[in-house]
Amino acid sequence: MAELIKAKEPFRFFTRLHLSELTGLRASTLGELLSLIKKVPGSVIYHHTHRFLQQHQYLSPEPPNDFAYWVTQELGEEELGEELASIDVVQFSTIRALREKIAKTIERYLEQNRFAKLKFSRQSEGFHFVKSVSFVLPTKYVACDLAEFIEILNKITIDSIYFHIFEARLRLEKATNDFSNWIEESIGDKELAEEISKLDPYTYTLEDLRKAIAVIIARSI
Amino acid sequence: MVRIEEYIPIVGQAIIDDLRLLGEKLKGKVIQNINSTSVGGGVAEILNRMVPLLMELSVEARWDIIKGGEQFFEITKKFHNALHGKPENITKNDFDIFLEASRKNIEELDTKGDIVFVHDPQPIALIKKKTSNKWIWRCHVDISNPNKRLWQFLMNFIVDYDSAVFSAPSFSQTLPIRQFLIPPSIDPLSDKNKELAPDIIETVLEKYNITKDKPIITQISRFDRLKDPLGVIEAYAQVKKYINCQLILAGGGATDDPEGVKVLEEVKEKAKQFKDVHILLLPQNDIEVNALQRVSSVIIQKSLKEGFGLTVAEALWKAKPVVASNVGGIPLQIKHKFSGLLCHSIDGAAFALKQFLNSPEYAKKLGENGREHIRNNFLITRHIKDYMLLFLSLYHPEDVVYL
Repeated sequence: MAELIKAKEPFRFFTRLHLSELTGLRASTLGELLSLIKKVPGSVIYHHTHRFLQQHQYLSPEPPNDFAYWVTQELGEEELGEELASIDVVQFSTIRALREKIAKTIERYLEQNRFAKLKFSRQSEGFHFVKSVSFVLPTKYVACDLAEFIEILNKITIDSIYFHIFEARLRLEKATNDFSNWIEESIGDKELAEEISKLDPYTYTLEDLRKAIAVIIARSI
Repeated sequence: MVRIEEYIPIVGQAIIDDLRLLGEKLKGKVIQNINSTSVGGGVAEILNRMVPLLMELSVEARWDIIKGGEQFFEITKKFHNALHGKPENITKNDFDIFLEASRKNIEELDTKGDIVFVHDPQPIALIKKKTSNKWIWRCHVDISNPNKRLWQFLMNFIVDYDSAVFSAPSFSQTLPIRQFLIPPSIDPLSDKNKELAPDIIETVLEKYNITKDKPIITQISRFDRLKDPLGVIEAYAQVKKYINCQLILAGGGATDDPEGVKVLEEVKEKAKQFKDVHILLLPQNDIEVNALQRVSSVIIQKSLKEGFGLTVAEALWKAKPVVASNVGGIPLQIKHKFSGLLCHSIDGAAFALKQFLNSPEYAKKLGENGREHIRNNFLITRHIKDYMLLFLSLYHPEDVVYL
């Protein structure tokens, strides 16, 4: 086995814990949903498109986002629900762009389905807008080479994987995920970095994502 | 007393490490919980277990109780009902008595904690004593449809708090202060939820003369109209036509509640028409409740209104398939067809029960999903984490906080 490359800079694993902040804003119709999606803070859009990943991580891949779930389950608009659930979130590098895509999808659907405007959810089943507040903390785990990296990757919380893959890229608007960035910059393995950044993390459960990344890295050392 | 390490086999070492990390960040801060009772009720139950665990995590948690006479508590009971949307005649005199008792507590109670954590409406007026420290109001009640006059009265106090906390998104109101969503939790190590040896379960079955020869449908709840026990019997009757099963309706609350006694009589009367219905009155017997949940094939919670409905979390934690009404905090615990089946009617409940009883693999899968959902979101360890983040949020107004 070739000698492992020592990283120029060690990788410090962080974790991200979140608290849900209520906004008091509520939608009962698609029109209200659209109007509020356009004006709520980005942290609200982030919450409703990513909450499922952490709260339902044991489920099958491709969990629906909250907007998709609500329009399907509460308003019975399955076609729109499918469109919203299949928005390719990984293509968006900012929350702003993601918000525009969601809003446009609903707008177009409303134009084509005028009766959809007339549907109300039951009072208790309105869409309640919630904001995600993130707390980012350094963990004690530091990797100096890829072997150490895999060892830590296998034992850290899924919150940590979530932070470095999802939050770093979309919410903190970094060009790629933290793992790929470190592997390229500090280990100097561009090919491996790209292989990880090519994964569509939204189609894995977080546990499966952990395994997939570990397998890719293990193959390279 | 349960120690924090005992939760490691359930939630994993890393989750406990995170809690310790957060505890370090709160070192030196005194968190002063204030409520109105040390025993009975969900708030006291959770504080009894949570305060020692917080202390073990290096958070200096304290717990004080306000005083109030019989009249004061009668009025706050009225407040409780009115916040739930029940019609109540709240008079000016009621408000005066509430304010007078609050004034005495303001005089007598020391509120010098760095963070004063006030639970429910009874101690809400203590906020008038606020100095430069931080105050949080934790509302455990379903206020999605509160009595407007009472809500306006309470708003006089709420606006002076730094933050408010509610258990479900539908409880949130338009407020000028920050408000957070922190659902309640169950303790997997409590008598109601811990693993039970098979012989303990058998003893309970023998005691109540229940056999395991046919599938068991169970609802655990007080004999209260809002829990719709009569509706459960009707749903059972529909199922029984096709599937030879039995029904257990078990719960307490009838002895000190005149309406409860009446409901229990009606339930017994209705149950006479059907075979295999067991009506069990078992107040405050957590081990028996645990055993009955564990032996059930399907758990039902057909409430018409529900605060949070932690009996659902208890059932899911035991990996049971659950059929429950889409009310209160229940949809937070069950995502329809992912971790249980939601219903809106007796017919819907009956249909869902039949689906589970006729498709054991499907029922098993949803029960297992439900258990994991509870593990990730509704155990006491998550609740402690949320409270610690809440305390930290008082010093960090931003959406992304680097600690």
